[in-house]
Amino acid sequence: MTATLPETAHEQTDKPDRYARLIQPTRVHGSLYTDPEIFAEELERIWYRTWVYVGHVSEVPEPGDYVRKNIGPQDVVMTRDRDGEVHLLLNRCAHRGNLVCDAPSGNSNSFRCPYHGWTYRNNGDLLGYPYNKGYGGKGKLALGLGRVPRVASHQGFVFGSFAPGGPTLAEHLGAAAGELDRLARLSPEGEVELTAGWLKHRTRANWKLLAENETDGYHPQFVHGSIFSVTGSPIGALYSDNSTAVTRDLGGGHSENDLRPEFRHFAEPMRWFGTTEDRVPQYVARMRELHGPAAEEILIEGSPHVMIFPNLFIAEIQLFVIQPLSVGECVQHSTAVQFKGAPELNRRMVSQCVGSVGPAGMLLADDTEMYERNQRGVALREPEWLDIRRGVERERTDDNGFRIGTATDETGMRGFWSHYRSLMEADK
Amino acid sequence: MTAPATTHETSVDLRQVEQFLYREARYADEHDYDAWEALWTDDALYWVPAGAPEGDPVQQMSVISDNRSRIATRLKQLRTGKRYAQSPPSHLRRIVSNVEILDDEGGEPGDLTVGANFVLVESRERGNEMWAGRTTYRLRLVDGQLRLAYKKVVLVDHDRALPTLSFLI
Repeated sequence: MTATLPETAHEQTDKPDRYARLIQPTRVHGSLYTDPEIFAEELERIWYRTWVYVGHVSEVPEPGDYVRKNIGPQDVVMTRDRDGEVHLLLNRCAHRGNLVCDAPSGNSNSFRCPYHGWTYRNNGDLLGYPYNKGYGGKGKLALGLGRVPRVASHQGFVFGSFAPGGPTLAEHLGAAAGELDRLARLSPEGEVELTAGWLKHRTRANWKLLAENETDGYHPQFVHGSIFSVTGSPIGALYSDNSTAVTRDLGGGHSENDLRPEFRHFAEPMRWFGTTEDRVPQYVARMRELHGPAAEEILIEGSPHVMIFPNLFIAEIQLFVIQPLSVGECVQHSTAVQFKGAPELNRRMVSQCVGSVGPAGMLLADDTEMYERNQRGVALREPEWLDIRRGVERERTDDNGFRIGTATDETGMRGFWSHYRSLMEADK
Repeated sequence: MTAPATTHETSVDLRQVEQFLYREARYADEHDYDAWEALWTDDALYWVPAGAPEGDPVQQMSVISDNRSRIATRLKQLRTGKRYAQSPPSHLRRIVSNVEILDDEGGEPGDLTVGANFVLVESRERGNEMWAGRTTYRLRLVDGQLRLAYKKVVLVDHDRALPTLSFLI
């Protein structure tokens, strides 16, 4: 088969079966990670079309609040207007294209471009421009900030789509919405808050290496063996050959490592967080007060480990957003999940998260080392392909119709690539 | 100045302080984990803030926020030789300069607060990185020896995306 392949993906740009050739059921071509033309197509067909996670409502709690966010390389300002509505505005003046917002976050009902003083309301409307006689007076220009045309949220997670039409957010999320619900129900007030600040980790690798790794249960024992061994962490066992956890293709490119079978087996509240209930007594008491007997299931099953296509990854208490910048570079944004009404738990989640994630994280620095070595490796000429067949023979369909594999199978990756291909092959 | 600081002025001079900072820097550059670890007191805080440099290391995300126990864990992980982000280790050299004894009353009574700037070049297969920033140290005399109780490193890039920082900064 190798002999029939073109030398580079460039040569097949115009061929309609390009992605069918590069993405096969059990292997994908290395050029998908290295070809700038493919990256440019991904921006148009994925990042500037499908629903992309942008921010959380807790980051703009009050009217006038704003925070700089992104959709891939696009600089987006998430604002809350005086009526409480959340907007995703492009940080670009309608006059000469200058940046209108230079602070990372703040509170303001308007943005003033520093170049010629044009001002905009925080819903994107043009408020005014100096020396207005040059335009025939006030209110003469039908201009405003660029907007992400579709904005929708689930459990406070705000997503944007540059496509004016297409699937709704609910259709995009599908079964993954239930994972966000499972996260939110761990809050005594039913609300997640992302208020602990962000780490930004520059990564010299293609964004898909990260997305694929997020629910790859095959790597933890190897990449993270150093930290598991010195801390005596039980995490490694969750991803061992004997684990009862499953990897699930949730459809829509979303996937999860469902660790609940392991946690149900031990049936210990808070084991999912690597602790015991006596360490967080106020939290556990509050949850029992709120949910009654149903609290046990919530406290035992814990938080999801889910990758929501294309850029939101929740690993129990850690939350990551993948921002692609070019074919070989991206930024990982990471923070600790915080639960409204759970200060006792929140402090511990920040502490554990700081130890694990970000540029110096005892887990993520090693993942990132793998991503960056992987990016150099896939640029080599042979054997051209990345193998994603692990567990394909033992994969099965669960009661809800989802494909599942064992804890270490590449079921999630196959689901990712199947959805990716459908988006890349969709009509322009 | 407060009385304990005056005590220090008589017992520790700038030259001794500089020699301590240079030694700490050399241990870090040369991955001498045992010697570096031995510099720390039990109430240590090794802190590299992210975002706002005056943030709260307990409530807010930091690049590094290690107490003594977590410093030990970090070093144990490095010693396994399978901390891949540092295996093979980065080649490092840093310049520590602009050393000043600061008038600060943080830490334990008698702790000496010292500020310094640094520039560091990191070389590894991925490519070279230049790191720079401002370090605030709190030093303490324990049995006649200077020890490190607190090291806060505010990177000039603290509010930007950072590459992997897996060595001792």
